[in-house]
Amino acid sequence: MIGSPDVVAFTKEDDFGDSFSDPCSLPEEFSVPLFAHAANANPWTKTSFAKFSRDFILISEFSEQASFVGHPPGSNYPKLNFVEDSKVVLGDSKEGAFAYVHHLTLYDLEARGFVRPFCMAYISADERKIMHQFQELSSGFSKASEFLKLGNRKAFANELEKKLKDLEYTRSVLHKETELQKMNNGCYSTQAIEKANELANVEKSIYEHKDLLRQITSYPSRKRKDVDFVQHETETPGDTSVIDDTLNINHSDKTVETESESRKSSYTPQLIKGKSAKCFDKRLKTMEELCNASFFHQTLEQLNIIEKSFRGDLCLIYTSQIDRALLSKQSVTSFLFEAERDSEYGGTSKDFSISSNNPTVPILNLSGEPLSLESYTTCIDVDHVKPGVESMEGRPESSTSDITQETSEAADTETKGSFSSDKSIEAFGGFSPSSLQANYFDGLERKSKVSIASASENASGSVAVPQRTSDGNLVPMDAACCIGQDGFIFEEPLVELAQECCGDTVVNQEPLSLLHGDPALQMDYILEESALAESPNMGLTFSELNTEEVAKITIEDVSDSTSFMSASTSSDRAASPFTYGSASTLKKKKKAGHSALRFIRQYPFAQQAIFCLLSGRTLVILGVDEGTVRKLVNALFIFVPNLGKYGETVQPWLSSPFQLTDLQRWKLIGLQRAASPAGSSILHSLNRYSRYISILDCDNKTLRCPPYKGTLVSHLADHRTQIKRGSTYFLHVQGMLTQLIAKAFLYTFCHHIHLPMDINDQGSVTSRRTNFLLQLGYTVEESKIVQYLSELIKQHYIQGSSKGANQSFCFNYTTSYLYKI
Amino acid sequence: MLRWILGGREAQGTVEKSAALFIGEEQPKNCFTEMQVLKGHFDIVRFLVQIDDLRFASAGDDGLVLIWNVETGDCLFALRCHTQQITAMTSYTFIRGGNAHTALLTASSDRTLSLWDPDSGNRVQNISDLQSSVKVQHVLQLHVFLFQCADGLDCVWKQVCSSFSVCRWILCVCSLMEVSVFQCLLVLVRLDVWLSGGNELCVWNRDFELQCKTVHHSDAGISAMVELPKNFIAAAMDKEIVIFKLNLSGSDIAVMAMRHLADHQDTIHSLIHINDGLFASGSHIGELIIWDSVDWTIQSYEHILWEEPARDSQSEFRLNPQKQIERSIQHMSSDGEYIVAAVGSGLYVYNVLTKSVVAYRRIAHDSNVLHTVLQQDGRLMSCSEDGSVRMWELQDLPLPAEPASSGFFGMFGTFGRSSKQTGPPAKKIPEVPGLRSLELIGDLIGHSGAVQMFLSFKEKGLVTCSTDHLLIIWKDGELQSQLRSLAVFQKLEENQEL
Repeated sequence: MIGSPDVVAFTKEDDFGDSFSDPCSLPEEFSVPLFAHAANANPWTKTSFAKFSRDFILISEFSEQASFVGHPPGSNYPKLNFVEDSKVVLGDSKEGAFAYVHHLTLYDLEARGFVRPFCMAYISADERKIMHQFQELSSGFSKASEFLKLGNRKAFANELEKKLKDLEYTRSVLHKETELQKMNNGCYSTQAIEKANELANVEKSIYEHKDLLRQITSYPSRKRKDVDFVQHETETPGDTSVIDDTLNINHSDKTVETESESRKSSYTPQLIKGKSAKCFDKRLKTMEELCNASFFHQTLEQLNIIEKSFRGDLCLIYTSQIDRALLSKQSVTSFLFEAERDSEYGGTSKDFSISSNNPTVPILNLSGEPLSLESYTTCIDVDHVKPGVESMEGRPESSTSDITQETSEAADTETKGSFSSDKSIEAFGGFSPSSLQANYFDGLERKSKVSIASASENASGSVAVPQRTSDGNLVPMDAACCIGQDGFIFEEPLVELAQECCGDTVVNQEPLSLLHGDPALQMDYILEESALAESPNMGLTFSELNTEEVAKITIEDVSDSTSFMSASTSSDRAASPFTYGSASTLKKKKKAGHSALRFIRQYPFAQQAIFCLLSGRTLVILGVDEGTVRKLVNALFIFVPNLGKYGETVQPWLSSPFQLTDLQRWKLIGLQRAASPAGSSILHSLNRYSRYISILDCDNKTLRCPPYKGTLVSHLADHRTQIKRGSTYFLHVQGMLTQLIAKAFLYTFCHHIHLPMDINDQGSVTSRRTNFLLQLGYTVEESKIVQYLSELIKQHYIQGSSKGANQSFCFNYTTSYLYKI
Repeated sequence: MLRWILGGREAQGTVEKSAALFIGEEQPKNCFTEMQVLKGHFDIVRFLVQIDDLRFASAGDDGLVLIWNVETGDCLFALRCHTQQITAMTSYTFIRGGNAHTALLTASSDRTLSLWDPDSGNRVQNISDLQSSVKVQHVLQLHVFLFQCADGLDCVWKQVCSSFSVCRWILCVCSLMEVSVFQCLLVLVRLDVWLSGGNELCVWNRDFELQCKTVHHSDAGISAMVELPKNFIAAAMDKEIVIFKLNLSGSDIAVMAMRHLADHQDTIHSLIHINDGLFASGSHIGELIIWDSVDWTIQSYEHILWEEPARDSQSEFRLNPQKQIERSIQHMSSDGEYIVAAVGSGLYVYNVLTKSVVAYRRIAHDSNVLHTVLQQDGRLMSCSEDGSVRMWELQDLPLPAEPASSGFFGMFGTFGRSSKQTGPPAKKIPEVPGLRSLELIGDLIGHSGAVQMFLSFKEKGLVTCSTDHLLIIWKDGELQSQLRSLAVFQKLEENQEL
């Protein structure tokens, strides 16, 4: 299959890689060769001669000859086998292509033996990626396959019911005709016998189909898990009903009966001709028809997720996996400044529905552009069309903050547009999403039919079939042709040479994978592994982007940061340095790093403002001009602890007076200064609650807040900082904050400072706490930061991530001073 | 102070005025550094009643009674029955089946009285109690009555009958139709009866059976009641205090008016019990009278005038002399020795033993003080229509910082009307040797409307209720933080993550 010319043609180099020109790239004459072997820019790449530059996912159908599952063709009695999917690794050294291939069968009444074998393959030039990520790939594809099969069983059952109707109708017609023949010509006339035979055939067929229906509906109900994730995946109410039907089919025949009852009215049976309906000239069903449409789309989403989580270099995948594993260990504190990730399916949609139902939930638009709520939808559209890097800011790609009903819908439709393979994306350009899949899969089907022969021919050459044994290890089935996990050594002198050349300058040791790396890590996270395997898309809410945008993100990432420079020249152009977490948030945060840097340089009291945010005192940014206020909010939001998944703790623009409860909810508020009556009541509320807030007046460039003098925040916000780039600064901030969190963690979970020695010991606890913080080297003011973070950690730990309605609001009575530029 | 924000054009008057008593943002003695805002009411919240160490009830103009947990801030129950605003609420502890139960008594403008059980756990038992042990004819009476009483109360009856579903209360009884709104409630634990005061005084037993009632009084009705020794009751009725006697003969209770004390010149707003021997009343024009509980004679008479004293221009009070200073005694509280009275927007502390003024502050708030409580440690709290709660400390005056002139108090001295207590007139000079100052040590700002009342749970916090429909629990942040730490370690232990 790999060697098939069709497939290769499918990956020829007219793709996205050439379609965009890097606007940031230097003109030819100024370019400096980064690497001796320009053709092999990625020093870790072990294969250089693959004819495709990016990994892709291929869905293909086998011919019936190649079918190795389902019932043996030609056998009389249709027997459905519910075959487990098989997973293999294929390699073609000539092409430099390696593939994880996931075989599955779908049922089709019109297919021979009722089965149509399919395979989904993840094809990469990097053999090690396939081998080392086998388990992750396998679980990802299993999920996709499960969606397909679930939908297929439902569709198949529907089809069978229709067919049964037809047959029954045919039988009744034939019965009448037979009676008529008997009446007219006598019992033994040829016509009568013919009709009787025909009738018998139909009867037999009815029997067979009934049996098939029974088999498909009595499909052993799957492990709860499968059903669960399907349910979670659904987003629209329409889907739910579909799933309900499926579940019913899975669990009880009775429901099917009633279902068919209800369907009787809608479906008019047709007469089936006596001859067999198995005609090869008949159009085969597309994949979307084979499976239920909604399941089909879920599969596509799943494939999207797979593509995103495995794109890029293996070391990136390793890094992100280690990252994720480490982060999951830090759930106690990671909510403070890390982008929150979906730890479970449906988390997003669940939370989202809550937020959309609640009109008071603030909508965070951290772009510098003023947006009113009413015009929000349209603004998105405008942003969407607007070319250039700037347009990225306002895009609704964010899974964190800018989600509204409208945006999510917009995002929904977008997702359909981008399919994993860059080829397909290229092909889709300019089409409406709905037409895309149909085209794509029609094309696939056509191609697969052609490529079948070659696939089966090549099969013996380079196929290894590792199979999962009960203990979960990979065991090579065929020693002669296997690509064992460690056994297969790919000869590649060219690359080795390259590595030698650059050995001095480039780190040629790639990071070790989670599984094969540091034994300590392995020990620690061996348990996490199963969790990871179960949800490979955990946290991979990488927003859906079309080609152009993917490219731009990459440019932005690269241009903004020297550390990822090499990635831009590598063949894996779309590899983003951040493949975990909500990348859009990170991107936004990096963008905000730039604004923050500017803020720090511009305002000498930046330290005080940041101190307020870190110590949990609500900072109100007051100004006439919405854009200015939003810009400041955008510069400062990275310092807000426990920002929330959707930035709930930030209100970038408010034009009505705030209430006490708002102070509890929002830690950073952009407030309109207006001359209207509303404006004066805003000022009244500012005045009234002045002890709980700090006010940054961006018109007069003043800050009213408690005093702060110390080294901690001055390290964080040094206006003479040498850091030039926003993202570098962001990383610096992240580093500093991580240190702070570590201290807060230590402070929170140190027994001896919190537990009273005896019952009447509250006073000594207080002094022990204070002393502990002083010993950590914090001033009284800085202690407030640690204490605030510690309170957040405690509340988060006690209540879980769910934010109780009855949060307490802590404050302290300190004098504020007015700072001026 | 925020003039730079207000832009200079804003009314400076208010800022200036509040600056008169502006404590600043540094409040080291104020331990309330954490707050929890409780939402649930839809109208002004006027009453707070403590049920036990952990729970309290709030009620107000929306007719809702909400039961809260002070530690978590959770609303435990919403008791709905009253169709109009609640005019009085008190807790009622009684013994049933060997256990002490605390119930809540509420009176409402819809002319109903309700007894609620704040423990949901007991409701099944209580309901069955209702049907078994409580007299059947009573239930029938209730039934009939509820049908007479048109406005939406038959639903209440349905709740009683359908038992377990919604209701968390034992009984709901309407008083007789002609009776007006009950404005006050008094529980006599000793006699196991309770009284409701409105246009007439009714005496009820625990089972909601009307024992007796007085004849119709004036239009004003009874606004406050206190229990006196020997089964006497003092009730404030407009300008008069009426002493009632409860006659207990066997199981019958009769009530009769014994005496009318008409010493106040204006409407009595406040009537409190001081100790076994004394009770006090305060009127609309600032008359404070201390009465003997047994023979109902005047022990002390103070007329607080809050007159504009002759002062130098340095005075912190700068008000228009034309303005009529509010001096109505809205609320009083006592610890048995001291009385603190909320007089207009000022506070007045009086020692009933030495019969002398201890401390005063003519303008303690920007607006009328609505509720005030004397605490043990020489501190007191007051809340006001200006939306703030202020904490005060009695401090010895280092030097006469407030040289009050002789005209400052309209001191009529202390004299008794009765022959027994013809004490020495001894025209006291205001510079009493023991005069102390009332220093502001902290204020709580959170409510956007008048703070109607507050309720202290000691170290667990302070609950305030307000016109802005909110309740706020103010807590000691340091203590809460320590409690949270303990909870964290407890959870760690439970999860075996230690």
